[in-house]
Amino acid sequence: MISANLLAVFYLISGVLFILALRGLSSPETSRQGNLFGIIGMVIAIGVTIVSVGNFSTGFFYLLILLIIGGSIGTFIAFKIPMTAMPELVAGFHSLVGLAAVFVAISAFLNPEAFKLGTPGNIKIASLIEMSLGAAIGAITFTGSIIAFLKLRGIMSGSPVTFKGQHYLNLILGIVAIALIFYLCSSQAASLFWNIIGISLLLGILLIIPIGGADMPVVISMLNSYSGWAAAGIGFTLENTALIITGALVGSSGAILSYIMCKGMNRSFFSVILGGFGGTDQISTAKNNERKPVKTGNADDAAFLMKNASSVIIVPGYGMAVAQAQHALREMVDALKKNGVKVSYAIHPVAGRMPGHMNVLLAEANVPYDEVFELEEINNDFANCDVAYVIGANDVTNPVAKSDPQSPIYGMPILDVEKSKSVLFVKRSLSPGYAGIDNDLFYRDNTLMLFSDAKKMTEEIVKGL
Amino acid sequence: MEIDPFIFRLSIFILSIFIGYYVVWSVTPSLHTPLMSVTNAISSVIIVGAIIAALAGESGNILDTANIFGFLAIILAAVNIFGGFLVTQRMLAMYKKKKKDKK
Repeated sequence: MISANLLAVFYLISGVLFILALRGLSSPETSRQGNLFGIIGMVIAIGVTIVSVGNFSTGFFYLLILLIIGGSIGTFIAFKIPMTAMPELVAGFHSLVGLAAVFVAISAFLNPEAFKLGTPGNIKIASLIEMSLGAAIGAITFTGSIIAFLKLRGIMSGSPVTFKGQHYLNLILGIVAIALIFYLCSSQAASLFWNIIGISLLLGILLIIPIGGADMPVVISMLNSYSGWAAAGIGFTLENTALIITGALVGSSGAILSYIMCKGMNRSFFSVILGGFGGTDQISTAKNNERKPVKTGNADDAAFLMKNASSVIIVPGYGMAVAQAQHALREMVDALKKNGVKVSYAIHPVAGRMPGHMNVLLAEANVPYDEVFELEEINNDFANCDVAYVIGANDVTNPVAKSDPQSPIYGMPILDVEKSKSVLFVKRSLSPGYAGIDNDLFYRDNTLMLFSDAKKMTEEIVKGL
Repeated sequence: MEIDPFIFRLSIFILSIFIGYYVVWSVTPSLHTPLMSVTNAISSVIIVGAIIAALAGESGNILDTANIFGFLAIILAAVNIFGGFLVTQRMLAMYKKKKKDKK
């Protein structure tokens, strides 16, 4: 056994180590050390908890076995998962944190003595509020992340599921859940506690189904934030500093990422959360339906153009991830560099299905991170570049965002691809992107459309170089 | 009159939100995916609660309903801790700088 004060100091230390883990991510050089800090913090937290409980009988034996089972599953997933599947992996992991929070809250409700919160039927009011909030947010995180996982994995259609009165239903469910928490405080009835969890599980599903595929970066960040608040809620119940600090860190981290993603799409957080974007934009699609002439080319044309260019900017998007084209792309860039072409990469904040998605894929393909630039860093360079190679991106390059106030994406910051001398646009067809609007860029004189699968086209260009 | 310990925890909570705010803004955008996976890993520190829940009860009956929920939470959190930290490690190992040309 160790004293409560010493225990609190250890929890504080792991909290500080977690802060350092996030701090390390300010640059790739310090990030690996940061991750190590995080691991040490976790080991300390788990270690002192086991020592403080001081129960080394059968239960401890079970604990070790479960740690090994869970740890092996986690390790297996971590090493097997392809980098293109990171968004759904993160969504899946969020659901586990949510469910774990629910389970811990249930356990604390059933056996409050273990946490010194009172006795069953006579739990401290503050603890009841904290644990039901923790359980409710945890439950929303759990089912919400599962829906996000299914959508990202393609098991469930990525298009928004909407029905009449949806938002009112959500609002009512939310109000009912809060009302039940109030009743729970006065009556301490277990049935109310179960109902709160049940409603929250339902709410998690309803909140995420109306949100479409390309809004997933916001959803994932938001669920990340929720999992943090759930952990903080449980931290208050257990009076545990490590959990409170971590919950606050994760909660604000997810909130900031959601904000960055919304800004990248020039949409308010609420319009994303209310959902339905992309599926209902019939007006603008109909308007642009007349077919304008486009210039198409093949791999040899593209190879010729790029070989004779002095600078090329690559604009990757979600389509690159789908086609797993990042390795072929790197080969193409290597070949270009051999020809003395200056190549850089331009990443839009919402390219892909989660924050930083493209950066990870390029890193996987051994692209040095100092050749990869964010929108603000590189946008002025398009005017001086000979060829922009757009691979799997669409809406984030659409000049309509700057020119047409009627457009649903008006005001969204875009990569100024159209300013480069020529644009190579790899795409399977002329179909509009996620926002459901035609891309003006297709019909420009300096655009050459390369109709093919992103990976196949890139490989053919490599041969042509 | 004594201050309720809850106020201290609330202070820690609020100040940690501010720390999180400033620390996360300094994270470089290219590392946003590892940021998500590592925050996911550290939020699994909820395993602390799961361990207390699982090992509680001196009655000798370790497989009480409350304990079982604790044990279930341990498995879930363990998957997350190992999965989260290791996948972050794997991603971070891929971020390399441009190789300096050896002459």
